[in-house]
Amino acid sequence: MMGTAASTKGGHIDIRDVSVSFTQNGVALDAVSGVSLDVKPGEFVSIVGPSGCGKSTLLNIVAGFLDPTRGTASVDGSPIQGPGADRGVVFQQYSLFPWMRVRENVEFGLKMQGMCRSERQSKARTLLGLAGLLAFENHYPEQLSGGMRQRVGIVRALATGPQVLLMDEPFGALDAQTRVVMQEILTHMWHQLQLSVLFITHDIEESIFLSDKVYVMTARPGRIKAEIPIPLPRPRTADMTSSAEFLAIHHQLKALIREESLAAMGGELQDGGLGRDWHLGPEGVRAAL
Amino acid sequence: MASTVTMRAVRDTDALSAGGAAGPAPATRVPSVPEEAVVPALAPAPAVAAAPPPARPRPRLGGALRPMLMNMVSIGLLLGFWYLATAYRWDFYIRFDNVPTPGEVFGEALRLLGDDKFVTNIGVSLWRIGVGFLIATVLGVVVGMLCGRYALFKGLVFPALEVLRPIPAIAWVPISIMLWPSTESSILFITFIGAFFPILLNTLHGVASVDTVLIRAARCLGTSEYALMTQVVLKAALPHIFTGLAVGMGVAWVSLIAAEMISGQFGVGYFTWEAYSLIEYPHIVVGMLVIGVLGLLCSGAIRLAGKILMPWQGIGGKENS
Ligand SMILES: Nc1ncnc2c1ncn2[C@@H]1O[C@H](COP(=O)(O)OP(=O)(O)O)[C@@H](O)[C@H]1O
Ligand SMILES: [Mg+2]
Repeated sequence: MMGTAASTKGGHIDIRDVSVSFTQNGVALDAVSGVSLDVKPGEFVSIVGPSGCGKSTLLNIVAGFLDPTRGTASVDGSPIQGPGADRGVVFQQYSLFPWMRVRENVEFGLKMQGMCRSERQSKARTLLGLAGLLAFENHYPEQLSGGMRQRVGIVRALATGPQVLLMDEPFGALDAQTRVVMQEILTHMWHQLQLSVLFITHDIEESIFLSDKVYVMTARPGRIKAEIPIPLPRPRTADMTSSAEFLAIHHQLKALIREESLAAMGGELQDGGLGRDWHLGPEGVRAAL
Repeated sequence: MASTVTMRAVRDTDALSAGGAAGPAPATRVPSVPEEAVVPALAPAPAVAAAPPPARPRPRLGGALRPMLMNMVSIGLLLGFWYLATAYRWDFYIRFDNVPTPGEVFGEALRLLGDDKFVTNIGVSLWRIGVGFLIATVLGVVVGMLCGRYALFKGLVFPALEVLRPIPAIAWVPISIMLWPSTESSILFITFIGAFFPILLNTLHGVASVDTVLIRAARCLGTSEYALMTQVVLKAALPHIFTGLAVGMGVAWVSLIAAEMISGQFGVGYFTWEAYSLIEYPHIVVGMLVIGVLGLLCSGAIRLAGKILMPWQGIGGKENS
């Protein structure tokens, strides 16, 4: 299934003039304002920006968890209507079903499609094998390390053969070493399966290392501040991160984000101190420096 | 007895209202917090300070036997008190002159366990608990899940249930006798009422505290609403549901015994009350002990079922994920 899906080369995400406002205590709050972006089939695109600028909001629209207040979002030309197995989602939080073993987690989407037990079992085992997790197929998520859980999360999202993979700071909770390994695994899978990936991160280096294109968002209300192509050749290697080209892009992105982080902090301080939206985590601080 | 029911019911409401939006489950918090909180609270008591502090209980030879020894001493003291009080017919405001001695009770217990009528009484009580509790479980879980997931359903159904909830099951006895065509059905109803509310409230709470990320994850794996309820929400709420079942089982026994005493024919509650009327005092205590043992066995069965149905619980070494 995945093989055939990959050869059709779908997975074009198109977000046009999308705005989102939330009403909180009767006050309308613009989270995202007039954002347009696209992810071409097989492209790896990242979004970076200060905390609270609406990155998750955008991803949730593509995932189908949220409807835009204005504008349109579509995949391969058809408007997004609710979540579906054609778009895999990987969350930052621990999102495996704790009552299922690793293989059952991976099988779940296939089960929902009505695939028979033996077929989905062998399919799940194949995928787990690719991700180096076969030895853990009968473990419960609770028994796995953070990096393994997230790998299972990726495999689970890919089991139904989606063309689009949406990832909201998937490696945010992992340590630096694990994160590098995960980036390599992800790049590999993306390449093998010809996925379109929309990836949210706080980590500038990560966004450059992984992406074909990086969108930088402004502080709230989130707009697209810049669209930075990453022309580095592939396959990318760890020593590329110290190349002059890489560092130049890094420098540029850092400057852009720093402006916005300062704007975000200033705005919140003006709003009357530390409001309830104050959630600049350690990543945010790092981005701000 | 009535007060036990009310207290339990109140505790349930508290758990529910406290846990509305807040994160961790109050039901699981109740046992875990005291354990964690008590230790640091007791530790820095420096009254006897300075002396070489036994930081951790070292593995001594007597270490494993100690708790067992203490259990035996504790129970031995109770039996000893009982024996002395009844053998010497103590009378100091509380009168022991009619209370049977441990020996009398033991002898009667042995005789009764071979008695068909008594065994039938036990069977009848277990049957009533089984039926009442089963209906309460099915209805409590189904209504709790629907309330937890559909605001409209909850808005229509829950207020009415909230009005009925504070009424202890025993207070239903007279109206239940009027409502139901037979004594049997009214006793089943009382048992059901006792178990229903704890199960309902804990299920509701469990459903309300299911992590949204799990629901989203299921949704984008192509899960239908029905599969979401049965395969995700139900499973995720299972630990809370089992808390409700354990509490519900306790209240069901309280309610059943009271109903049997008041309106019953057959059953251990009826047996115990009848023993009082017939001045067969040793039977009263046998009845009490049997009720205690049956209650214990039933909660044990619930715990066992919980272990079997939730093998993932506590598997990572950490409690309470
Ligand atoms: N359901 C919601 N209701 C009200 N406000 C929300 C909701 N979801 C997000 N927001 C607000 O919208 C803004 C953007 O949120 P989010 O997309 O999560 O930001 P990011 O992922 O970039 O940190 C934040 O200010 C957040 O507080
Ligand atoms: Mg976010």
